Amino acid sequence: MSTTVEPATAGTAEPISIHGQAVRRGDRIFRGVSLFAGITILVIIGAIGIFLIWRAIPSLQANTANFFTTSAWFPDQTPNPVFGIAALTFGTLFTAAIAMVLGVPVGIGIALFIAQYADRRLASTLGFVTDLLAAVPSIIFGMWGLSFLTPHMEGLGQWLNDYLGFIPIFRNDLNQYSKSILIAGVVLAIMVLPTISALSREVLTQVPRSTIEASLALGATRWEMVRQAMFPFARPGMISAAMLGLGRALGETIAVALILSASNVINWHITEPGGNTFAANIALKWNEAGPIGLSALIASGLVLFAITLVVNTIARGIIARHAEFRESS
Amino acid sequence: MAKRIDIANLDAYYGTFKAVGDVSLSIEPKSVTAFIGPSGCGKSTVLRTINRMHEVIPRAYVTGQVLLDGEDIYGPDIDPVNVRRTIGMVFQRPNPFPTMSISENVVAGLTLDGKKRSKAELDSIVERSLRQANLWEEVKERLDRPGGGLSGGQQQRLCIARAIAVQPQILLMDEPCSALDPISTLAIEDLIEQLKADYTIVIVTHNMQQAARVSETTAFFNLPGVGQPGRLVEIAPTERIFSNPTQEATEDYISGRFG
Ligand SMILES: Nc1ncnc2c1ncn2[C@@H]1O[C@H](COP(=O)(O)OP(=O)(O)O)[C@@H](O)[C@H]1O
Ligand SMILES: [Mg+2]
Repeated sequence: MSTTVEPATAGTAEPISIHGQAVRRGDRIFRGVSLFAGITILVIIGAIGIFLIWRAIPSLQANTANFFTTSAWFPDQTPNPVFGIAALTFGTLFTAAIAMVLGVPVGIGIALFIAQYADRRLASTLGFVTDLLAAVPSIIFGMWGLSFLTPHMEGLGQWLNDYLGFIPIFRNDLNQYSKSILIAGVVLAIMVLPTISALSREVLTQVPRSTIEASLALGATRWEMVRQAMFPFARPGMISAAMLGLGRALGETIAVALILSASNVINWHITEPGGNTFAANIALKWNEAGPIGLSALIASGLVLFAITLVVNTIARGIIARHAEFRESS
Repeated sequence: MAKRIDIANLDAYYGTFKAVGDVSLSIEPKSVTAFIGPSGCGKSTVLRTINRMHEVIPRAYVTGQVLLDGEDIYGPDIDPVNVRRTIGMVFQRPNPFPTMSISENVVAGLTLDGKKRSKAELDSIVERSLRQANLWEEVKERLDRPGGGLSGGQQQRLCIARAIAVQPQILLMDEPCSALDPISTLAIEDLIEQLKADYTIVIVTHNMQQAARVSETTAFFNLPGVGQPGRLVEIAPTERIFSNPTQEATEDYISGRFG
């Protein structure tokens, strides 16, 4: 037996070449697929926009009133159609605003409680329940709002009128409290709550333990730590969560259609009956609409489409402003 | 302002698991004390009992006493938040706040005490702390940039600046160099040398040369067996620990005859 060590040979394998294509096939395919998906989404959004504009034009040409400042909705009136989106815009934005004012703080509060304050058993139960609520169809919320919340909100409406009536929006001159913008807003708030809290909880639990301990070791109280270490870290995610909720509130159709007494008026007294939203208006009027009526509804849909795009763009902007500080971490 | 620490009969638990048992030791003001020992023997745990960070872990608690200039920080009328404000801590991995700029990181502890400070005052604290942490020259042009954009060694010095900006009485450091390269390690060791003029420093290290270089006193911890609580084997002036330790386990450990 020889004890000499053979020099290591390269064997039969080809020496590895450093030449060749820098981009490998997998990378190329992946890039192609992502590019294709991205373009497809843009094309679909563009196609929806063009379709809406195309179908909206006939009614906009026939309209004898100002589309943006008119509240009335009589597009099939002959010979002079009269319709506009003023009341719809008001009702949509106002109900969505109520939903946000109530839903965002409560939703984030629930998320924070689950992520920081609750013990593990309670946290997982609560997390499960919010996820479950997020999956409840909106017709259920609508029926519940109509049959349960409407009668029970009367007392609140009266209280607001009696004690906060000096603030115009809480005054109620009709002494009727059902089918109001406020009730619709509250139902929307409850609908967006699980979305907001489920997503916020997700980002709040992702705050690194080391960041939390850095704050505590500086002598932060629990709440100071939440504000110093958790909220800034989770802010982009919480904004996204709020925007998803806002999207649902702006576009919610059936629950609002059931609850609001559909009347195309601008009424700042939010506890009084009346008001309408884009989505509810479309759902309620679609079946009985004539050709111009359909085109008018599509024109209103186009505006809703534009509003949601604008809202999302603003949200992206807010998130991007802090992106630099997160990427470097 | 530097204070002495006396630990007496301290046991530290994670739930039902007793991680360290029966630790008693004293730490002189304005000195550097090193905790050495094999990993898992409870060095970090003991360190974290000194500023009541141990109990932020769910179900973790201690029994025994930790006296700060004679006062038990586990006493009934002591607020752990105030304890942590007077004792600074530097962690094993640099943990600057990722959403804050360099200067915001430095003053992060100052915004907590509710005192209003002028911009000029904050600026001077930022400069003083960064200078003390030997970081000022490297970052003075980019104080409004994210702290997370610095190198690991710079981030750790930023964390030190953040800890000393509030002028604590004691500085606890848990393996502050273990994630750093040798140059950054030397920079931090130099810094410890300067800081001990003002602060009582306790440093955990797995690096025995480092303990020998920076500390006056060394405490050796050991694990008697798997699943058993860690113990303090001996604490003595550093040169005696490294030249003639009284315990066989210490000698085995420092001479490398140890798993
Ligand atoms: N958060 C924790 N939960 C449960 N056990 C822990 C935790 N942290 C540390 N321990 C245990 O406590 C013992 C001591 O750990 P530690 O103080 O980190 O040791 P060292 O810093 O000396 O390496 C180890 O057995 C470790 O597994
Ligand atoms: Mg450790």
